[in-house]
Amino acid sequence: MTAMVKAEGVHKSYGAAHILKGIDLEVAPREVFCLVGPSGSGKSTFLRCINHLEQINAGRLYVDGDLVGYRQKGDKLYELKDSEVAAQRRDIGMVFQRFNLFPHMTAIENVMEAPVMVKGESKAVARERAARLLDRVGLGDKGGNYPTQLSGGQQQRVAIARALAMEPKLMLFDEPTSALDPELVGDVLDVMRDLADSGMTMIVVTHEMGFAREVGDNLVFMDGGVVVESGHPRDVLGNPQHDRTKAFLSKVL
Amino acid sequence: MTDKLDKDPGPADTPPAGAVPPEAIRAIPVRHYGRWISAVVVIGLVVALIVAFSQGNVRWATVPEKLFDPSILRGVVNTIWISITAMALGLALGVLFAVMRLSKNPVTSTIAWFYIWLFRGTPVYVQLLIWFNLALIFPILNLGFYKDEMTQVMTPFLAALLGLGLNEGAYMAEIVRAGIQSVDEGQTEASHALGMTRTQTMRRVVLPQAMRVIVPPSGNEFINMLKTSSLVVAVQYFDLLRAAQDIASTSFAVMEMFFVASIWYLALTSVFSVGQYYLERRYARGALRSLPPTPLQKIKAKLSSFSNRKAVA
Ligand SMILES: Nc1ncnc2c1ncn2[C@@H]1O[C@H](COP(=O)(O)OP(=O)(O)OP(=O)(O)O)[C@@H](O)[C@H]1O
Ligand SMILES: [Mg+2]
Repeated sequence: MTAMVKAEGVHKSYGAAHILKGIDLEVAPREVFCLVGPSGSGKSTFLRCINHLEQINAGRLYVDGDLVGYRQKGDKLYELKDSEVAAQRRDIGMVFQRFNLFPHMTAIENVMEAPVMVKGESKAVARERAARLLDRVGLGDKGGNYPTQLSGGQQQRVAIARALAMEPKLMLFDEPTSALDPELVGDVLDVMRDLADSGMTMIVVTHEMGFAREVGDNLVFMDGGVVVESGHPRDVLGNPQHDRTKAFLSKVL
Repeated sequence: MTDKLDKDPGPADTPPAGAVPPEAIRAIPVRHYGRWISAVVVIGLVVALIVAFSQGNVRWATVPEKLFDPSILRGVVNTIWISITAMALGLALGVLFAVMRLSKNPVTSTIAWFYIWLFRGTPVYVQLLIWFNLALIFPILNLGFYKDEMTQVMTPFLAALLGLGLNEGAYMAEIVRAGIQSVDEGQTEASHALGMTRTQTMRRVVLPQAMRVIVPPSGNEFINMLKTSSLVVAVQYFDLLRAAQDIASTSFAVMEMFFVASIWYLALTSVFSVGQYYLERRYARGALRSLPPTPLQKIKAKLSSFSNRKAVA
């Protein structure tokens, strides 16, 4: 079975700042893969490389067997065109820390936008699916609201529905609950748990160790742009081997 | 807010019957002598001005007489037409050059910079004259597929359109650029992450949000355009001012005709200012939890609060 995501020696720098220093990892289909680590360790950067929002400088990154952002012919790499990169991203959903809903569209319009624009779906079909997805995240009655008329937790659930509308095979979550008031976190985590149960492959950057322990199949601890430790969440969180992991966990647990 | 102590304690200030009134403060109000004096002075000056104009050598009857003269009306229509077309051209060029200016390609961004520098840096009056006199350096226009004498091609309308439109484009480019840059980068990322291409992202996500920043100054630009368009007299375009001048030169009612033109310009700018308000309101969608009331809604609210107050009394 091909890995859903495979990273081989991934490096990323911004100018002189070397952020990712050789990441190797594999995410199996249907797996919930948690990424934890201190601030600035490169978690978001790595996530953004997976859907080519950032270009990697060295190494190889594959999603479902396809090289991300490039085409390989012989031993030469060719950059993909804008439209080809866009096509690759269709199958990868992403949920951001700050939701990034489109504020000029209602909730249901946010969810309909990509299927209509990218897949050329009819509005009727897209609207029907959007309504179903909003129902699924518990917001069936909020379709007509603009994002400013929704709470943070509701906005994030709309954002999840928006990503799901493209029927992705992989979902990336970048600290989906860290911008939320504590009492709103649960609703979003419930939706994510439900999604994991349905068999979605998910990579989740999170500080919610409870969620990681309960839902995660695999957990990677990153620090300073490298993978320090990985394994089953229960093992890494319960019995960390490295000093850096121990130091980090003692702060967040 | 007016200070309550400033007013005589009148019946309006007494609380509605039923409530136990607290002992009302009976203070001597501050006397604002300065306000009274300045009001008298200003009113005096205005009266003097009105008297001066009414006694001046103006045949006031001419103004309403000529206000709806067919030739003036034709000028009004032409002024609106050239303003709208020049603004449309300016808007299209503005979007184009703003996107070019923000492009990562150094050639396109430099060309856009140069365009903005050139057309903002020279007076629009001079630009109009250059377009109008283009035949002096290019007597024949040859586009390969189309060939004609320049004087035939460069009609007053075309000279006015190019002069005003290209100048406006340079200003609009800066306005649109500021609008695009005001949109959060997370919006572009979210759109890209959904698989939208750069063009789709610009059209569906960035520009609609940029409109909120673009519309208010564009409205001002358009209202300016209505007035600036009077410069097209220089290229023989028959606009409102030209129509007024034509009548003035035959009837010798020079000042009267300038007043006629001014009344029309005021009317046009007032009407379009109201339009601008509604346009701004439309593009505020999603940015505010609830939209500000329209003038009509405000009037209704005032009337109803007025009748409520009466009901209480
Ligand atoms: N566009 C950029 N240009 C320059 N440096 C950047 C850029 N984006 C991120 N960085 C730097 O890369 C490093 C890693 O950032 P990243 O956002 O991946 O960290 P993170 O692990 O997600 O941290 P956090 O938990 O705070 O979100 C940081 O030091 C950051 O300053
Ligand atoms: Mg981050």
